[in-house]
Amino acid sequence: MRAVSALVRKDLLLELRTKETVPAMALFALVAYVLFHFALHRNALEGDLAAGVLWVTILLAAVLGINRLFVAEREQGGFDGFLLAPVDRTAMLAAKVTALLCFLVVLELIAVPAFFLLLLGPSAGPAFPELILILVLADIGLAVVGTLAAGLAVQTRARDLIGPLITLPLLVPVVLAAARATSPLFSAPAGGVEAKWLAVLGLYDLVFVLLAYAVFDFLLED
Amino acid sequence: MQGKGLRGLSIATAATLVTAFALVFFYAPLDADQGFVQKIFYLHVPMAIVALCGFIFGGICAIGFLRTRDRKWDLRSYVAIHLSLILGVGVLITGSIWARASWGHWWVWDEPTLVSFLIIFLLYACYQPLRFSIEDPDKQARYAAVFAILAGAFVPLNFLAVRLAQPLAHPRVLGASGNLPSSMEFVFLVSLAGMVLLFITLWRYEMAAKQTRMRLKSLRQRLLSS
Repeated sequence: MRAVSALVRKDLLLELRTKETVPAMALFALVAYVLFHFALHRNALEGDLAAGVLWVTILLAAVLGINRLFVAEREQGGFDGFLLAPVDRTAMLAAKVTALLCFLVVLELIAVPAFFLLLLGPSAGPAFPELILILVLADIGLAVVGTLAAGLAVQTRARDLIGPLITLPLLVPVVLAAARATSPLFSAPAGGVEAKWLAVLGLYDLVFVLLAYAVFDFLLED
Repeated sequence: MQGKGLRGLSIATAATLVTAFALVFFYAPLDADQGFVQKIFYLHVPMAIVALCGFIFGGICAIGFLRTRDRKWDLRSYVAIHLSLILGVGVLITGSIWARASWGHWWVWDEPTLVSFLIIFLLYACYQPLRFSIEDPDKQARYAAVFAILAGAFVPLNFLAVRLAQPLAHPRVLGASGNLPSSMEFVFLVSLAGMVLLFITLWRYEMAAKQTRMRLKSLRQRLLSS
């Protein structure tokens, strides 16, 4: 537990000092909204389209963060240092998932209000508790799968290419379920969230948390 | 010695496949709605089932590798996934032809099985780039195994999610074998058996070739070093 908190503190401190990842993710989300505005030729979105634009943007911004997740470890020998320390290797998984989760929450604190401001139709007034629930469930999936994919890709030669290529297909169910769950919230007569999508997100999170716990150790042996 | 029993297996495979195709063209009744083109079902569906089972088999072999650290398991997993990928191309092509013939479009998004298969295919298409961009053979096997396990578990999850995304289940023409006429079901089962045998035969051949090559390499190294 102490190892996890030390690692998380290290990652957050590094991010606070260098400000490399999260500002880039947020900026990317804003640029994506502008691109969507021009590419779709719409001033305001609602329903399925709004949910899709929001979730694709969050996904792609998350991929930026996922790509950089283990960069410091690889470049500065952090893996060796960690392996020499007498701690459980799962600590690295827990710490990286937590750090990525923090990055995603900060990203969404900027990207979701910006989405309401820039693109969401005026009639649609979303219900916040439901939206937050969907965001949290999807973030857990994004963080766990992202950490695994980043851990897989970081040792390869073409890591900047392999990372997103593995991450995107693996996250199709998350985007699918999150977008379908969000779309009634963005519709003009706002509907309720379908429970089955929350169940899919929950199941996805559960399966990948267990899998990550089972296989992550094998990525850290040298 | 690597290819023991391969000849018998090859003959059995060829015989089953020939029988299956003979049955498909001369015995199986014509479908009332779709006519002749429905016969692609006997190729497409067995191929999809075998490819998916091959992916999952690759994942199971990967678990075997991580447990035993025996390179043989890694080789098994790699060959299974490699063959399934090739079958996957066939599944997507035959599925596309079938969709064109029966619904008029080369690709239909409201056929959840085909869409799930595409997502899984795209994921597994990263297996080889991932594997071969790691140089250290030990690390390569380990990382490939982790990927194979993750992707193997992803297969059913993905099917579930995509399936739920259909507002109402597409009228399944011949999806579940439960509503097949018995003559069609018999032909389907023979085709499935043929495809399974084909997969096993190709897998055994590839394994034998790979193991022979590895042995040759080690013998040559021993010869050079002595």
